[in-house]
Amino acid sequence: MKKIYVNEEWCLGCHLCEYNCAFAATGDKFMSLALKDKEIRPKIHVEDDGKIMYAVSCRHCEDAICVKSCISGALSKEDGIVKIDKDKCIGCLTCVLVCPYGALVPNEGKAVTKCELCTDNKCGEPACVKGCPNNAICFEERG
Amino acid sequence: MSINYIYPEYEVVRNDARCIRCRVCERQCANEVHSYDEERNLLISDEAKCVNCKRCVTLCPTHALKIVKSDCRFKENANWTDDTIREIYKQAESGGVLLSSMGNPKPLPVYWDKILINASQVTNPSIDPLREPMETKVFLGKKPDKVKRDENGNIICKTSPQLELSIPIMFSAMSYGSISYNAHASLARAATELGIYYNTGEGGLHEDFYQYGPNTIVQVASGRFGVHKDYLEAGAAVEIKMGQGAKPGIGGHLPGAKIVGDVSRTRMIPEGSDAISPAPHHDIYSIEDLRQLVYSLKEATEYKKPVIVKVAAVHNIAAIASGIARSGADIIAIDGFRGGTGAAPTRIRDNVGIPIELALASVDQRLRDEGIRNNVSLVVGGSIRCASDVVKAIALGADACYIATGALLALGCHLCRSCQGGKCNWGIATQRPELTKRLNPDIGSQRLINLMTAWKHEIKELMGGMGINSIEALRGNRLMLRGVGLNGKELEILGISHAGE
Repeated sequence: MKKIYVNEEWCLGCHLCEYNCAFAATGDKFMSLALKDKEIRPKIHVEDDGKIMYAVSCRHCEDAICVKSCISGALSKEDGIVKIDKDKCIGCLTCVLVCPYGALVPNEGKAVTKCELCTDNKCGEPACVKGCPNNAICFEERG
Repeated sequence: MSINYIYPEYEVVRNDARCIRCRVCERQCANEVHSYDEERNLLISDEAKCVNCKRCVTLCPTHALKIVKSDCRFKENANWTDDTIREIYKQAESGGVLLSSMGNPKPLPVYWDKILINASQVTNPSIDPLREPMETKVFLGKKPDKVKRDENGNIICKTSPQLELSIPIMFSAMSYGSISYNAHASLARAATELGIYYNTGEGGLHEDFYQYGPNTIVQVASGRFGVHKDYLEAGAAVEIKMGQGAKPGIGGHLPGAKIVGDVSRTRMIPEGSDAISPAPHHDIYSIEDLRQLVYSLKEATEYKKPVIVKVAAVHNIAAIASGIARSGADIIAIDGFRGGTGAAPTRIRDNVGIPIELALASVDQRLRDEGIRNNVSLVVGGSIRCASDVVKAIALGADACYIATGALLALGCHLCRSCQGGKCNWGIATQRPELTKRLNPDIGSQRLINLMTAWKHEIKELMGGMGINSIEALRGNRLMLRGVGLNGKELEILGISHAGE
């Protein structure tokens, strides 16, 4: 299955992926209208200590600990993608605590939000991949 | 001095309705033009530091930015222009020689733009390159004068070593040091994929790039940096650099700050030491001396590789080329006065040398007149900007063209002409690791391949229009060219008629 991978060697730490992610979720036509004066809650975030930088998002783990930990059955795996049913989520944030990558993000309202490889919007291919200026984020099949 | 006489040259215009405060501009500007004021939630710009490289403009996801030339000018004066006044202020403050990068930007004549190409109509058929075969392959090297046979009457096929190019274009010399590892990787990979050559420049060959040797021209310049046996053997050809179009008559100086890590190892000089290339080769003061170096290099490479001699286009270029053609060199590369550089004294870059179009025409004619044109192939560079420039150069007598500025543009260069600062925001003319990583060779090499593929199509279209189906039939075919707006002397040197004739 195709997943999002990040090559640290080429990540510039420009944080554009975060904004492309947040924009894709809005379904809006213009980024300036969609994100102006808004606090963004991207499902991908750049780890940056000034020297090493790379973007982190959901790994869609085979044996996903977040799915196991979910007490309301909101998290599940569909075709390899860890998905969240926002209606079921009660906002207990257990998944946020257990995810070793920090890939689940508390959202406004009660439900958490997470990367579903842009299958939950009209973006087609993942927006972070499409918008990365240096091909640091790829969407590909790896063994 | 507390007063800075120089008002910022550019203005950073931010459309606040579009700015989403993502701070990409701030993170991407190595010149630190942009900064974010958290308290006021505002992005502000220090325009004095802006070099107009357009990195922020290109990466801004909402197109909220533009960089415009400031209209705050000095009082209008056709003699004392803004640039002239600015330069005087700079020198009055620094006491130093002015430095510039890339090619001569002055409004001197571009002869390519005053030459027009022919096409077939009615009496001779044009050729559609999409339907009929079209040959863009060329061979560079000494060509035999006549067919030679052995005692049994069989043709002797062994010729002097040749370079085989799928299109008559090569990437010209840019040293590792002046450009980044990733820029070299992009050039090397693209040249290999395209079946052409790139040139190491005078900084040696990084050990990682020996694998691209069959598509590499290794250069030997006056500083002899990084030259050793394996280096010479690694390349497909060896180029002796006598001069460079951007700075004829002077050497080079790569500051110690850029001689770090692998650059120092590859150049075989200590870290932090300035890499100074002398103006002349101290062992070459005549054509006879040049001949010695040509044959030393041939000897070292067992006569298996062609030797190129690169010179800048200067006033007596035809006589100089005639000498080089007799020195044993296989290829002469001539670099016109618009050629680029990573750093050159401004006065030299803008005032020394001659246009490549005139140099090429006079050299080709001189070598023909002397019956030694087949001794050498001619490669020309110094601002070959597009496929039609290539076609015109070949029709004027070149065997192939060298491009470098065009190649760097493909890699992202925006011609801000600030290479000497070492803070290239596009990851090309810099050695700072956080900047060099901005050029991913996967993307860079593909963009170079795209550019050359596009030019190849255009060259075929132009040749087809003339009813010519091979580069060989176009070379020196000056009847295919006409001049517009040129005087009698210019037409005479170019060896072409005026349009309408």
